[in-house]
Amino acid sequence: MISIEGLSKIFSLNKTNITAVDDLTLNIKEGEIYGVIGYSGAGKSTFVRLLNRLEEPTAGKVIIDNQEITALNTKKLRLARQEIGMIFQHFNLLWSRTVEDNIAFPLEIAGVSKVNRSRRVQELINLVGLNGREKAYPSQLSGGQKQRVGIARALANNPKVLLCDEATSALDPETTNSILDLLVDINEKLGLTIILITHEMHVIRKICNQVAVMEQGEIVEQGQVLEVFTHPKKSVTKKFVEQIMKSDNQDDDISNIIKSYHNEGKVLRLHFLGETTNQALISELAKKFDIDLNILHGKITQTQAGGYGTLFVHVKGEIAEIQTAVDFVQGKTSVEVEVIENAD
Amino acid sequence: MLTNLFPNISMDDLWVATYETFYMTILALIGTAIIGLILGLLLFLTSKEGIWQNKYINLIVAAFVNIFRAIPFIILILLLFPFTDFLVGTIRGPNAALPALIIGSAPFYGRLVEIALKEVDKGVVEAAKSMGAKTSTIITKVLIPESMPALVSGITVTAIALIGYTAMAGVIGAGGLGNYAYYFGFQRRDFDVVFLCTIIIVIIVFIFQFIGDFITNKMDKR
Repeated sequence: MISIEGLSKIFSLNKTNITAVDDLTLNIKEGEIYGVIGYSGAGKSTFVRLLNRLEEPTAGKVIIDNQEITALNTKKLRLARQEIGMIFQHFNLLWSRTVEDNIAFPLEIAGVSKVNRSRRVQELINLVGLNGREKAYPSQLSGGQKQRVGIARALANNPKVLLCDEATSALDPETTNSILDLLVDINEKLGLTIILITHEMHVIRKICNQVAVMEQGEIVEQGQVLEVFTHPKKSVTKKFVEQIMKSDNQDDDISNIIKSYHNEGKVLRLHFLGETTNQALISELAKKFDIDLNILHGKITQTQAGGYGTLFVHVKGEIAEIQTAVDFVQGKTSVEVEVIENAD
Repeated sequence: MLTNLFPNISMDDLWVATYETFYMTILALIGTAIIGLILGLLLFLTSKEGIWQNKYINLIVAAFVNIFRAIPFIILILLLFPFTDFLVGTIRGPNAALPALIIGSAPFYGRLVEIALKEVDKGVVEAAKSMGAKTSTIITKVLIPESMPALVSGITVTAIALIGYTAMAGVIGAGGLGNYAYYFGFQRRDFDVVFLCTIIIVIIVFIFQFIGDFITNKMDKR
């Protein structure tokens, strides 16, 4: 659906060159929700602007739906852009227009007749759940409602691709979730391919199938969200994974817990991946073996491809029995287990 | 009562003078609005990072604006006498004042337009581009509507400056309240005429300010 080859953008400022996007190659399949995560300055906003040429690429190709965007002339580019929706961090609505007139704006640009315009606007208002707010001005809306207008506006011309530039970064957590739910809903209903730029791991976790991690203009890691989450290779990725898996002082918590338990029995770290989170592993162990299990600490989180997470369990009983139980987990289930012998 | 307070006033003359002041102000304002808007758009669009970024056009327009803003209005009228004569066919009367009034105030309004356009959220322009809007659509449907309150308050400020200019033009024969105050008041030492003309001009200024503020507030949905 979208293929990006050797895409680069170099900004020249006072004779120094800044490489914002560095020789980036990427393929995105139709209907996917593709997340790009990175800290500020990683080049992700520039990257998404290169896709519809709001920024002109220095080098490389962008092909969307068999159309080489980077080869189009100004006029054809304008037509192509009508099929690429975009939503923004600060919504970028026209304050001088009402909700319905804002949504009608891309239709006016595309030359849709007035009758068809108002019908389409009504459909979109229903789709994003803004009924009753048609005549309101943006200044009378909450952040979440503004982004709903932004989404409706981006979808007006039935695009095949939706670009989201930090679309939830200006919203509170609850509103973020409702907007993300709406995006998943649209993705499923309309089969839209979504490219989403964010610095929040929570967003990736909640709605993306695929993720790419950007650092200094390059993609340092990419793949299935679950895969990247569970086996982060680069330190940036690890930091992002920590964002959702750990509370601030969790490292201290764990070592304290382990310290207080290690003189009796053993502390196990169970690592759950994908579907295994649905198994009743703990109760199974308690039934099968003569051991006592006590859950000390843990977190299981859900992604689009299933859950994953870690549990710390304290096991009491005969050493040999504990060992059999550990062997059982290792041999018979896909849960990864690690025996933490000593706290220090 | 009016004749007691202002014994030297001829109501007919005063009426004609007031009409001429309105006539000059409103026609010059229309011309100023059109030319100022064009100048402001050119300044904004050809500036650095602008849609039509062009150093040379920007430089030429900026030079034109700066030169005509630098010339004192009373000198500008004298300077434009040949041009006015060619264009209007006379250098006397309200119509003859129009070229100087417009050329004197359009560059001023042009700068105000440029400032107003700079205040438009760049993100909104970017959003319009991402929807595939043409530059003409961006100008007429984004830049101008989004800067409308500032454009209107700018034209209000310009209108008030223009009323002052018409009085100056009046002194050298353009008609209007300035003309009346100078020839029938000052030169005959009938200061009641000067005083009444002042009152009327102040009232006209207040009317323009009130209308301008009203429209600005009405349009601002931010």
